[in-house]
Amino acid sequence: MAVTRFCVRTYRQDLRILSSPAAKIGLILFLLVLLTLPLWARKYLVFVACISGVSVIGALGLNILTGMTGLISLGHAAFMGLGAYTAAILSAKAGWPMVPCLLSGAVMSAVMGAIVGVPTLRLKGLYLVVTTLAFQFIVQHVIYHWESLTQSDKGIKLATPAFLGLEFGSYDSFYYVILFCAVLVAVLTKNLAMSRTGRALVAVRDRDIAAEIIGVNLAKYKILAFVVSSFVAGLSGALYAYLLGLIAPDHFTFNQSILYVAMIIVGGMGTVLGSVLGAVFMVLLPEVISAVSGPLASAYPTLAPRIGGISVVVYGLVIILFLLFEPEGLFGIWIRLKRYFKTWPYTY
Amino acid sequence: MALQILLQLIVTGLAWGSVYALIALGFVLIFKATDIFNFAQPELMMLGAYLSFTLITALKLPFLPAFLVTLVLMTVISSLLEMMVIRPLVGEPVLAVIMVTLGLANVIRGMTGLIWGYEELQFPKPFSAQPIMLFGAAINQAEIFTILATALLLVVFFIFFKYSRAGLSMRATAEDTSTAFLMGINVKRVFTASWAIASVVATIAGVLLATFTYLEPIMGHAGLKALPALILGGMDSVVGAILGGLIIGVAENLAGFYLEQYLGGGINEITAYVIVLIVMMVRPYGLFGTKEIERV
Repeated sequence: MAVTRFCVRTYRQDLRILSSPAAKIGLILFLLVLLTLPLWARKYLVFVACISGVSVIGALGLNILTGMTGLISLGHAAFMGLGAYTAAILSAKAGWPMVPCLLSGAVMSAVMGAIVGVPTLRLKGLYLVVTTLAFQFIVQHVIYHWESLTQSDKGIKLATPAFLGLEFGSYDSFYYVILFCAVLVAVLTKNLAMSRTGRALVAVRDRDIAAEIIGVNLAKYKILAFVVSSFVAGLSGALYAYLLGLIAPDHFTFNQSILYVAMIIVGGMGTVLGSVLGAVFMVLLPEVISAVSGPLASAYPTLAPRIGGISVVVYGLVIILFLLFEPEGLFGIWIRLKRYFKTWPYTY
Repeated sequence: MALQILLQLIVTGLAWGSVYALIALGFVLIFKATDIFNFAQPELMMLGAYLSFTLITALKLPFLPAFLVTLVLMTVISSLLEMMVIRPLVGEPVLAVIMVTLGLANVIRGMTGLIWGYEELQFPKPFSAQPIMLFGAAINQAEIFTILATALLLVVFFIFFKYSRAGLSMRATAEDTSTAFLMGINVKRVFTASWAIASVVATIAGVLLATFTYLEPIMGHAGLKALPALILGGMDSVVGAILGGLIIGVAENLAGFYLEQYLGGGINEITAYVIVLIVMMVRPYGLFGTKEIERV
């Protein structure tokens, strides 16, 4: 009896977003904590939360493309860079307000996503990886070398974000903009995953030929995945630009692209909760590392520049260890934990 | 004069191209044998170059013995990596395997930074800096040597794969792993051997590259340009990998010189990627690759 109440009996039950009252309460509590965060947290924590929020949006975008549709991209940071630079240029040079800047950053990125998506109709696996890698390096190069537009190393300074007469200059206030966007994107991604479109994307991932035979238009859904994913990435990049107030080419390098893939692997492929967990984990990781490497660097100042290598090693190790021992990611651990308590004292 | 410059550019391009070709060859070797795409290949190249640098400068070994010791060390390291990290993932989805090798690349790059630091290091030059004059063009000796060494190495590999027992069993495994296994070939050993050979090739590429540039932990990014070379040639073709590497090397040097005034500095850094995007649109399976046909 204790176990059967977790069984799903009707389709209606199966389609529910939150499977139990406990999940509902948990989500509400979580949102409450998030909403009140700037009231009780220190400024630095709010900043880290902002970065996490931006990364969550970026990871959700990549998860739509890679996790749900199975198209591997090593160029996610390039899409974020396109969004960030579009927003920054429109804000700094054309003096546009925040919302149109955010949206046009996202749209610009989505348009490029559609263009990059076209060759992928004929490409698979490794060829696609190299194509997105090439795109990453080309965008990185253009951002760095088109000085008249992007000011290269000097970076672009954005105007203070404002909306409906409210200013969002401080981290405390911009936090709410990011939170709003992150929740919106998360809900829309969940909605996408549970819709016909989402199922079509998953079908393309699992076996594209079989998907085409049962009537999924491959070209349409592959391009759609690219457009949606890069739209979200562009939004995340634009928010990042506003958050920092000054963007430089270093923020959107190949390593960042790897970081985003690491996020969805650590979190769990193809799930919304996984993207959130993975993004937060990968944002908090450098904080933990610097807690270790900071004292080391001050103890051995001559070796200080080398100690930066620690974080690179740790990133690599995290990716390797998760893939070897926990391929389902943090999401998998979460599900197992939940099942353990649900079915206790039985093992399953 | 214009002709001399062209000749100089082409020789430099061929030298870089040989390095790309060697790295690409390592990619192909591992990919054909194990179906794994090793993104850590450029980092193995870097590690090899750094190891031989240490042997030469710290242990005062002459160039050739140091080079040979490096090859042995790299064989051991890469065999261990293959057994510990890669073997559990054989047959896993592409993304998992790619990401593990990318993680491996990160670990190696970070370790290199930790051990050797991030400043540029001057590799001890085994060749004199005096350029050779060829039809009035000054050619760097190290570049000539790189091209010749690559050519020699390719001949050795050709003979190895065509006539030696080990080479034949590697080709058999590349053709069909299960059948090779049923025929009594030790597939596990072939997997390890392909990593060992790939790391040897990578080390040679790294040392050759270091003789006409310098050492730094982002050397691997130059090595990543072997990927466009590989795609250009076709993922499963050894000849393609070599030709692709040479084409990319020459093209980016020519573009760097002749197009710089129109497209701005540093255009040579992305020439390879622009070429690969164009090739992908026209011939998605590369110039020499076999077109994959899926039967349902």
